[in-house]
Amino acid sequence: MDEIFGIPAPLLFGQLLLGLINGAFYAMLSLGLAVIFGLLNIINFTHGAQFMMGAFAAWMLLEWAGLGYWWALLLAPIIVGATGVITERLMIRRLYKLDHLYGLLLTFGIGLIIEGIFRNEFGSSGLPYRIPPQLQGSWDLGFMFLPIYRGWVVIFALFACLATWLVIEKTRLGAYLRAATENATLVQAFGVNVPRMITLTYGAGVGLAALAGVLAAPIYSVNPQMGSNLIIVVFAVVVIGGMGSILGSVLTGFGLGIVEGLTKVFWPEASATVIFVIMAIVLLARPAGLFGRG
Amino acid sequence: MASETTADAIVPAARDGRGIWGFTRPQLVALLVLAAMLVAGPYFLYPVFLMKLLCFALFACAFNLLIGYVGLLSFGHAAYFGMGGYIAGHVAKVWGFTPEVAVLAGAVVAGLQGWVFGWIAIRRAGIYFAMITLALAQMIYFFCVQAPFTGGEDGIQAIPRGSFLGSMGLSSDWSMYWFVAGIFMIGFLLIHRIIHSPYGQVLKAIRENEPRAISLGYRTEDYKLVAFILSATLAGVAGGTKALVFGIATLTDVHWAMSGEVVLMTLVGGLGTVFGPVVGAAVIVTMQNYLAEMGAWVTVIQGGIFVACVLAFRRGIVGEIANLLRVRL
Repeated sequence: MDEIFGIPAPLLFGQLLLGLINGAFYAMLSLGLAVIFGLLNIINFTHGAQFMMGAFAAWMLLEWAGLGYWWALLLAPIIVGATGVITERLMIRRLYKLDHLYGLLLTFGIGLIIEGIFRNEFGSSGLPYRIPPQLQGSWDLGFMFLPIYRGWVVIFALFACLATWLVIEKTRLGAYLRAATENATLVQAFGVNVPRMITLTYGAGVGLAALAGVLAAPIYSVNPQMGSNLIIVVFAVVVIGGMGSILGSVLTGFGLGIVEGLTKVFWPEASATVIFVIMAIVLLARPAGLFGRG
Repeated sequence: MASETTADAIVPAARDGRGIWGFTRPQLVALLVLAAMLVAGPYFLYPVFLMKLLCFALFACAFNLLIGYVGLLSFGHAAYFGMGGYIAGHVAKVWGFTPEVAVLAGAVVAGLQGWVFGWIAIRRAGIYFAMITLALAQMIYFFCVQAPFTGGEDGIQAIPRGSFLGSMGLSSDWSMYWFVAGIFMIGFLLIHRIIHSPYGQVLKAIRENEPRAISLGYRTEDYKLVAFILSATLAGVAGGTKALVFGIATLTDVHWAMSGEVVLMTLVGGLGTVFGPVVGAAVIVTMQNYLAEMGAWVTVIQGGIFVACVLAFRRGIVGEIANLLRVRL
């Protein structure tokens, strides 16, 4: 087990793990985008900024309120989700009758505002966020050392995606949501408060982004730009997967993370662009995306 | 759902007839004003500032060709603008060609890139189109970070302005200004000509109702692709010219923030208006100039303008004026 395809095994597994972690973030973020898109018909360009706000919320809770990682995991999504609810109520709501492109432009503008404010307050360099004591250290798996926190991120993200899938596919609330995605007017005629559902869906999608941000805080340094570059990759992931299916987004997210990790091993120069290249190929072969409809 | 489409928001009811060269009478007046400002400008304002403004104005006009007249929102136009700059810089500095050849080379490469990317992106419409163009542009950004000829983080520096046609030196800001103003005017009139050609009419038909255009026998994909290539080429011209003006081509011009800026300029000026992008570019470049020392607040202000435009001001400056005067500008 020293070498695989002429590559030292620790390097290979190390990059695979990094790929899985990136994939976990791709999956959680593209899942949030897909849920929001399904009901609101807008692409939430603020998603990257909201991911960043999640990480900052964790940092602020620790520094200013003394609340640690586990509290942050619970509170940050609620806080950031609440800002999402306010944004939807005050601004995004006004655009539903317009061309969907305006939603994209509006959320892009909101993202710029948020990123700019955080850059003013905290500068561009990163702030450190320590791994919680319970998750420090690493396991010896025999073929590699697995830092416990990294394993935790992958498992927690899988769990969060699974929970989202269960809520949407198996609960009454999820049934309303799916119905409203198909035909909002009809669902409203049955007495469901669709506008409120839209608001809460947006809040939930934003909360999911913030949750990913909290998970990311101890891995990447917490900085205002951490979301903006990630979100463009996530857009590519969404185009590749198509936004039709929840499990599709999750699979595509993790899969592309792994592909990216492997590219780092075999052809490091291409690792930044490989997802975009895959996107181009998928578009040529299957314009609707791997799991897309129509 | 879409009771007010992009088109409804931007094109005011026109009751004016065709004038000369496809310009309506109000447009001719506006064109004369623009030409007068081009000539008088350098006597009142710093020529380098005006050149920067003109480069961005042409960039925004090229972008507007797609969003305003075909209804396609490209969120990755920095890729063509920046690549045009890199190629022009390389051709002028390393290969030592004259400025007009350098700009032309930048335009050709940007156009070819637009051909490939457009071919991929027009398979999807609407927001998917925006996401795809953004992702492809990000790919170009990473390419430019790594490619040897772009100089990575340093960019291409000390690009010589050279002499026009090998005889007229452009090292002084005044002579360079007339070169840039000429390029801008040619690009501006060319876009106007394209929009008012029979080809441009088909583009507008596609924007209004693509299925109907298809049923009338138009191969809309081809029309869209040609529009994309033209837009990318002109963005490359703008980028190449900017690189020569400042003597530098850097990663800033291929970054996604630049793609956002050109969207903002066009939105502020008025989507789908002939003069809107020029006015929008003037507003945004002026703002950046005066607020330069405010650092990240510029981003906040730009985001605020985005939000304000989308929520309350969708016609843009020129669109509002045109609506007020009930003319087409």
